[in-house]
Amino acid sequence: MVKKSIHEINRKIEDGSVNVVTAEEMVTIVKDLGVEGAAKEVDVVTTGTFGAMCSSGLMLNLGHSEPPIKIQKVWFNNVEAYSGVAAVDAYLGAAQISDTRGIQYGGAHVIEDLLRGKEINVHATSYGTDCYPRKVLETTITLEDLNEAVLLNPRNAYQKYAAATNSSKRILNTYMGELLPNFGNVTYSGAGVLSPLSNDPNYETIGMGTRIFIGGAQGYVIGNGTQHSPSSGFGTLMLKGNLKEMSPDYLRAASFTGYGTTLYMGIGIPIPILNERLAAATAVRDEDITTNILDYAVGSRDKPIIRQVNYAELKSGMVQIEGKNVPTSSLSSFKYARKIANELKQWIKQGEFFISMPVERLPGEGLAKPMKQTQAVPLVKDVMSDFIVTIKKDQTIQEAAKKIWENSFNHLAVVSETGELVGILTAWDISKAVAENSFDSVESVMTKKVLTCSPNEPVDIAARRLDRYGVSAMPVIDTQNRVLGIITSDNISKLFARRY
Amino acid sequence: MKIKISIPTERIQNPIISESIIETGISINIMVANIDSTYGELIADVSDFQFDKIKNALESRGAIVSILDRPIHRDEEECVECGACISVCPMNVYTFDEAWNVQVEEKKCIQCGMCIKMCPHGALKLGE
Repeated sequence: MVKKSIHEINRKIEDGSVNVVTAEEMVTIVKDLGVEGAAKEVDVVTTGTFGAMCSSGLMLNLGHSEPPIKIQKVWFNNVEAYSGVAAVDAYLGAAQISDTRGIQYGGAHVIEDLLRGKEINVHATSYGTDCYPRKVLETTITLEDLNEAVLLNPRNAYQKYAAATNSSKRILNTYMGELLPNFGNVTYSGAGVLSPLSNDPNYETIGMGTRIFIGGAQGYVIGNGTQHSPSSGFGTLMLKGNLKEMSPDYLRAASFTGYGTTLYMGIGIPIPILNERLAAATAVRDEDITTNILDYAVGSRDKPIIRQVNYAELKSGMVQIEGKNVPTSSLSSFKYARKIANELKQWIKQGEFFISMPVERLPGEGLAKPMKQTQAVPLVKDVMSDFIVTIKKDQTIQEAAKKIWENSFNHLAVVSETGELVGILTAWDISKAVAENSFDSVESVMTKKVLTCSPNEPVDIAARRLDRYGVSAMPVIDTQNRVLGIITSDNISKLFARRY
Repeated sequence: MKIKISIPTERIQNPIISESIIETGISINIMVANIDSTYGELIADVSDFQFDKIKNALESRGAIVSILDRPIHRDEEECVECGACISVCPMNVYTFDEAWNVQVEEKKCIQCGMCIKMCPHGALKLGE
């Protein structure tokens, strides 16, 4: 049994005898020496990640103006910050976009510009009080001029993240980047083998108070991140670090086309190897970390899972979807993750960085909840017509015409022998067949590529799809492709007619 | 090699491309074509030794032909080597090397612009 304490490791850091390796190197060490051997040999394993972390922001203090102002609203380079905290404190969110430049420039860019020593325009307004008489403020500041400039990031360093793809027929612009139609690509984020929380999945050493590498400075974990969801393997961290000590090598503003701005943060967390359990945990490989590829074509909170995948597959550059090889893109930088793990390793080796134990553990159980919505969004199944007239593909056009006329129903779902949807036939299709004098089977005139929707989709998403593709109805199908009903533009108009 | 063929407004009515192909018997592989009533710009692939001949044929009809030496430009300061560009490129211009550096094979680029929209760091732009 190996048992080390933080004090022993810190003494070794002080006298320079500490053995530090990166989480990537640890994989082979554990393979060669076994878990016990590795636990004896290695004192600290460093991790690293560098990727888009939208839930980041800067808490700053401007100092008091003369005459003083109690800032009610404030903008930095036309990006609004939250100032409902005392007089001259403000919180600038990375994802807040510019009032004048839109998504090209946002809070993240102001933060990077500050870090690069650039001058930032400040505009503030207030209602004026006896103690804070000023009502308008106009000035420029640099990072030096601020009393405090502290990054307070509510949700960083996801344990792992779901990968993204797109089954639809058009390009989607998302926070997971450009997703090409018909499963044209897969994008993913996360450092896999180097991911901090994936190397300490029981949160034994990463917790409140853990000293970390953040943006090139020393900072701290201040608790679990928002949406921390340990039971599903998606833990997150809330972090803090002093912007004044950071480096633009490890903090970069970014903008995703059609989505908005975000901040690329470089985070590195050391894991002290106190026992065999931690040695085993830090030997985690890319292939051991699994996540799901989600279909972003569904604009709903619960996106369909296309398949499970591990980080080794994602990082290979190609994954299989429905028998097809699909290229992958990483949105986080593995090169920088590696650079961070190595830099942190150097800091520890050179006695510039000491390990700390958490003062409180992170919750190891629990799931992030969805939003409580008091105004329920009606689902497709709530408004669809359960009644739908079906026809088999080898029936005649005349039979189809008769069905439409008898049921005064404009759409016929064409189904196979086993009841699966194979096409759709409208009165218009029949008129066309008659006009062209072609009276073959239903199969020859039906539309084969049918736009469909599922019963649990919100109606507004179905409505958007009807509108985008210019069709008046969509069959509602279950996962086995069996027809449950149909949703028409009539159903949707009735929904609104009822409401108003 | 990749070439750019620009067709000015006054010649947009003439079948310049077809005429040049018929006259020279050289096949060119058109990869991008943006043509409307006012202007035309095409990117095409042509073998190196046939370039002069097709260039002369096209230019005698009023087109402007240039070689795309650096079709795409990467700002190495802005780039963080994430590799977002890799999967959206139809020509496989971008790859990772062993050390996870993004490698750019410029010669393959057809200036479709997909990677420019994809790059979160605005590190890519069309070159000349």
